[in-house]
Amino acid sequence: MERSRKVYGLAAEFANATALYNAAEKVRDAGFRKWDVHTPFPVHGMDKAMGLGKSWLSAVVLCGGTLGLLTAVVLECYPSLFDYPVVVHGKPTTFMTVPAFMPIFFELTVLFSAFSTVFALLIMNQLPRWNHPMFNWERFAKVTDDGFFLVIEARDPKFSETKTRELLEQIGGQHVTLVHD
Amino acid sequence: MANHTATLDSDAAAVKRVPLIINDRKANWVTDNISTIVEAKTPIWWWVAFCITAPIALFGCFCIAYQISTGVGVWGENHPVGWAWDITNFVFWIGIGHAGTLISAILFLTRQKWRTSINRASEAMTLFAVVCAGIFPGIHVGRVWMVWFLAPVPWYNGIWPNFRSPLLWDVFAVSTYFTVSVLFWYTGLVPDLATLRDRAKSRVKKFFFTVFALGWRGSNRQWRHYEMAYLILAGLSTPLVLSVHSVVSFDFATSVIPGWHATIFPPYFVAGAIFGGFAMVLTILIPARLLYPQLYDVITQQHVEKMAKIILLTGSIVGYAYAMEFFVAWYGANPYEQWAFLRNRLADPYIIGPALHVQPAPYWWAYWSMITCNVIAPQLFWKKSWRRNTLIVFIVCNFVNAGMWFERFVIIVTSISRDFIPSSWHLYHPSWVEIWTFIGTFGIFLSLFLLFMRFLPMIAMSEVKIVLPEADPHHNAPDAHVGVEAHH
Repeated sequence: MERSRKVYGLAAEFANATALYNAAEKVRDAGFRKWDVHTPFPVHGMDKAMGLGKSWLSAVVLCGGTLGLLTAVVLECYPSLFDYPVVVHGKPTTFMTVPAFMPIFFELTVLFSAFSTVFALLIMNQLPRWNHPMFNWERFAKVTDDGFFLVIEARDPKFSETKTRELLEQIGGQHVTLVHD
Repeated sequence: MANHTATLDSDAAAVKRVPLIINDRKANWVTDNISTIVEAKTPIWWWVAFCITAPIALFGCFCIAYQISTGVGVWGENHPVGWAWDITNFVFWIGIGHAGTLISAILFLTRQKWRTSINRASEAMTLFAVVCAGIFPGIHVGRVWMVWFLAPVPWYNGIWPNFRSPLLWDVFAVSTYFTVSVLFWYTGLVPDLATLRDRAKSRVKKFFFTVFALGWRGSNRQWRHYEMAYLILAGLSTPLVLSVHSVVSFDFATSVIPGWHATIFPPYFVAGAIFGGFAMVLTILIPARLLYPQLYDVITQQHVEKMAKIILLTGSIVGYAYAMEFFVAWYGANPYEQWAFLRNRLADPYIIGPALHVQPAPYWWAYWSMITCNVIAPQLFWKKSWRRNTLIVFIVCNFVNAGMWFERFVIIVTSISRDFIPSSWHLYHPSWVEIWTFIGTFGIFLSLFLLFMRFLPMIAMSEVKIVLPEADPHHNAPDAHVGVEAHH
């Protein structure tokens, strides 16, 4: 590329989940904010090691599920009780029949919840995306196999090409590399 | 200190659990050996198998087209047997579709980590079974172009569907189940598609996997939401999977037909679905393991044994339900109910019929096939060496597959062929169209599964890696930093 490429961050590879876990604790304690670890599978306890709280994705799902329930209530009750009650087999069409609407209340609650789970997951993870600076580093292809990586982004206020590199090497990082956009 | 540690280690060895993935495999081994299934050249056996299943599927599609273009008269159905093989096959396939979501959801919530080896293939099997199931209610309505009446839209005269009907509940239950199963399956696939993306050599494959992996990069800030999403989908699917077959059973239980009108139906159907579903999972995975020997380390004898135990448990629940139906028919003192059970099902021409001085039931052979396959055959699994014997497990599972089909046939056809008024009694025989439509759905099911094996990772790699000892951040040596030097 002609123009000088912007630095995305400094990335390092670690030997295994334990090494990465310990390193994450040290980066967290050093006060960095814009950083991340990349692993082939979710590492148990890594959220705590990174100082991350509980995901609030569940709140979105609660809203989605409630919307699903309300949709089902309106969808079933309005036509069947008010708009055009149809008498089938001489059975009543009063409010007493609401229990017969419950299965669809349940199904639509689940359906809307599931869709909101998946869409919230995509939006909160900023996916789908075609590319990412980390993919420019050829070693990073191992992340979906058995590679464990830690990256500190250049936009972090504490980032410094020399000092951050020293820190990464000190906490056991291998192949410390400057990743460009 | 060293001695003390050694003692602890040997004590730990004495009570050590058998590892889920055997032969001390590492994450890299999992990636290589599972991805190879997709990446390698198409094996000869695959073409042979596909050349058998695909024509069967196509002939099934021809039968469907013939039935739609000619009318439901090409089937053997009559009055009063308006539901026969079509609904039998629907309930059979939808039941098989229960194991996948049970494995992915309920076993996830109950922290049964062995599920990781089998969940992907079982979920795929679920989807394909639901595809096969969905065909039957669609075509049995006769005028397929009127199927949209089932959708909640006001049609030309402003009348909405009857939301109080179990048949409409079924439309919602099955379509929700299929949709949520697809979402759950795809969410689980994303990290593995990213693995295939990062390994892809050809441009076409790279493009395909880049699109479908959605740019996944395994960041922990992503995993955090991903794990929550997975937990929620499991939590949602758990009541969903229990509800689907309950709603299917309402189609029967809310009617007044003797033999259908039973309060035990929802739990009985759900247990039967899990039972039949696990049998089909084993029926598919045992040959898959033979064809890809590396799977023996992932789907171990332990997995087969655990599934055999679930089959034993659910088979016994099903047996209990059969017995309880008879008890309630007798204890409920409803003569029609008693008549249906004794004279339409139980009474055989050799032992029970003559002993009770009743005419043999016309479908007694279906009833006793069901009992043999569903209640007696799985009892072999009480013996440990038998449930650890792959051949015995495979044979029993195929008995269960047949038995679960007979169960639905017994429930549906024996109940309606002879109900309240003897003048309307009519026996039922399937036509060749019905038979071949059913065989055709096996072709569709197996063809889809073969395609899945060929193009997508059939083992959830990222999930299997979690159960490896090395995945635990407290497992590896504390002086891992030294290990880093040695590693590279």
